Amino acid sequence: MAPVKLDMDRLIDDRRTRIVVCCGSGGVGKTTAAAAIGLRAAERGRQACVLTVDPARRLAQSMGLTSLDNTPRRVDGVEGAGGGSLHAMMLDMKRTFDEIVEAHADPDRAAQILANPFYQSLSSSFAGTQEYMAMEKLGQLRHADEWDLIVVDTPPSRSALDFLDAPQRLGRFLDGRLIRLLTVPARTGMSYMKVLNAGFAIMTSALTKILGAQVLKDAQTFITAFDTMFGGFRERAEATYRLLQTPGTAFLVVAAPEPDALREASYFVERLDAERMPLAGLILNRVHVSPAARLSAARSLAAAEALDVHDQGDGSGPRYGLAAGVLRMHAERMNLGKRERRLAEHFTSAHPAIPVAEVVAQPEDVHDLDGLRVIGTILSQQSP
Amino acid sequence: MTTRDTDWDGVRLHVVTGKGGTGKTTVSAALALALARAGRRVLLIEVEGRQGIARLFDCPPLPYAERKVALGLGTSGGEGGDVYALAVDPEGALLDYLEMFYNMRRAGRTLSRMGVVDFATTIAPGLADVLVTGKATEAARRRVDGRSSSHLYHAVVMDAPPTGRIGRFLDVSTEVSGLAKVGPIKTHADTVAKVIRSPQTVVHFVTTLEEMPVQETLDGIAELQELTEGTIRPGGIIINMARPAMLDAADLAAAASGTLDVSELVVGLKAAGISDNHGVAADLMIELREHALQVALQNRERGEVLTAGLPHYELPMIPDGIDLAGLYQLAAELREQGAA
Repeated sequence: MAPVKLDMDRLIDDRRTRIVVCCGSGGVGKTTAAAAIGLRAAERGRQACVLTVDPARRLAQSMGLTSLDNTPRRVDGVEGAGGGSLHAMMLDMKRTFDEIVEAHADPDRAAQILANPFYQSLSSSFAGTQEYMAMEKLGQLRHADEWDLIVVDTPPSRSALDFLDAPQRLGRFLDGRLIRLLTVPARTGMSYMKVLNAGFAIMTSALTKILGAQVLKDAQTFITAFDTMFGGFRERAEATYRLLQTPGTAFLVVAAPEPDALREASYFVERLDAERMPLAGLILNRVHVSPAARLSAARSLAAAEALDVHDQGDGSGPRYGLAAGVLRMHAERMNLGKRERRLAEHFTSAHPAIPVAEVVAQPEDVHDLDGLRVIGTILSQQSP
Repeated sequence: MTTRDTDWDGVRLHVVTGKGGTGKTTVSAALALALARAGRRVLLIEVEGRQGIARLFDCPPLPYAERKVALGLGTSGGEGGDVYALAVDPEGALLDYLEMFYNMRRAGRTLSRMGVVDFATTIAPGLADVLVTGKATEAARRRVDGRSSSHLYHAVVMDAPPTGRIGRFLDVSTEVSGLAKVGPIKTHADTVAKVIRSPQTVVHFVTTLEEMPVQETLDGIAELQELTEGTIRPGGIIINMARPAMLDAADLAAAASGTLDVSELVVGLKAAGISDNHGVAADLMIELREHALQVALQNRERGEVLTAGLPHYELPMIPDGIDLAGLYQLAAELREQGAA
């Protein structure tokens, strides 16, 4: 069954589209897709901003930029119709976190939090924090209202779903029994006794054993200092989460035609549906096609073998090595394309209503604006 | 067959990292198969909860327990050894740690019921990392029945987090000492760090011959050096999914520059019974040019990644996708090239 074609230009030309989220497993070309979509939108008149969360500076590389910091920077060489423009930024996770602390706590308390070893570990490590800060930054950019389209590239996390889970995880963490227990003494000295049950005693003794008393005390100090800000964090995370559910958001799942990437894509599609997140379609990246598809793999291989027989190998006859090599190369490409097609059909038969845009594999890596323009054009010209 | 030493004799813990999409899990599994020579037992560890190993070996999801998943790659002389697999999660590792060092399994369950693990992974991911790497180093050091001089596992292969996180993941003692200056967890982290920083541990980098994976590999190697001042040793570079050049270099160069004579192809096609009345030769020339550009790109990137000066191995693209047969094929390549 042929999939529905994704109409990329309609999506990015629609002024009601305010956020595009590119998600998918690692190494499938999310960053490139996000940058290409942002660039195309800008050149078609949108005030676009691309937010990337990748520590490897891939966006910088693919956009020909040398540095990106925590503020959106205008990308040179992009002059869109009707004043369209492109900004790009790379998330600085720690700086984003520090800024939130500074903005939401009085100076003394902020200094106390920033100096706490737990805060330093939490704010500079990757697990979870990056996803959460990406959501936070997305919320900020959207709120600033300087751009009418924000294109986000999700973090290269262990699972593409971590991005969606970040707010809930934070909520679960904050509502966890442990946090409540640890913060009880600070909140109400009196009721402390009530929760000092057997479980708690085992727990504190075990924690002290594993971590040492000082670590436990640091954790407690951190949580107490952080306590007043927790509500604000959760509220903003939840607000961003709800924003993602509105029709102004479009999720694009990016996948390569490989089993793992497509499995992850399927999983993501189901999850987005369950969370009532608006899915715009699938970008199937790096698909192999042949301009000479009418010559089948089987026929090519047979022909190559026939040439091997012809070739005397002593240079006396005509040179058939070139043709034999070309035929073998073609057969390989045809087989690869066939396998990819089969994998893509599995996806389509499971999710027949999801529009698909295919991007043919480029012989060379994309690393400049022209390369991104080519990808943007391919994304938008999906022949029916 | 020669009995020459492999490149990593004496290494007990092989940490395998790579950019997402480069086939880190596949390469880890192939390396484990290759290392499991006759009579040897190898443990393959997965740390990110993806169950990628179970999928590769086509078995049910791995529990937190060491299970035999395959026979190692055999030789003409006989069967290979045994490959065991384990999916480590921070929670299971915490329970293990408590039981092993404090004989506190019940307390451990209470901790996990009370959300301590969630707490640890959220507030201090460094703690979760030290528990996970601790499990791998413990397995690498484990002796047959406790006291014997022989190790239970000849080698442990860890399918580790991607290149962007590998430095922090392995630099456990620094991560933990930020939190705890003294105390049992610090002691534990120091013990783990000692193994990771010993010549018994190396970090292999998996890459494809594309610009960004190669760049990340070089960045990852530099970061590891910088974070740990060279005490964590880079191992080999494993180039994965390389596509072989299907024509000789002169033809490819001519094709890439567009100077190849199409008439030679037309003559060859005709000899093979394919007439060129629909311009098929011209279309094949387009395809050939793309192939030539790709081969040129691969060569450029290979040259780039080899500037790191590490031993390297090259695994071909398996066109039909990775199944068990494909894994053994990659394992044979790794062994052939001296990686195991």
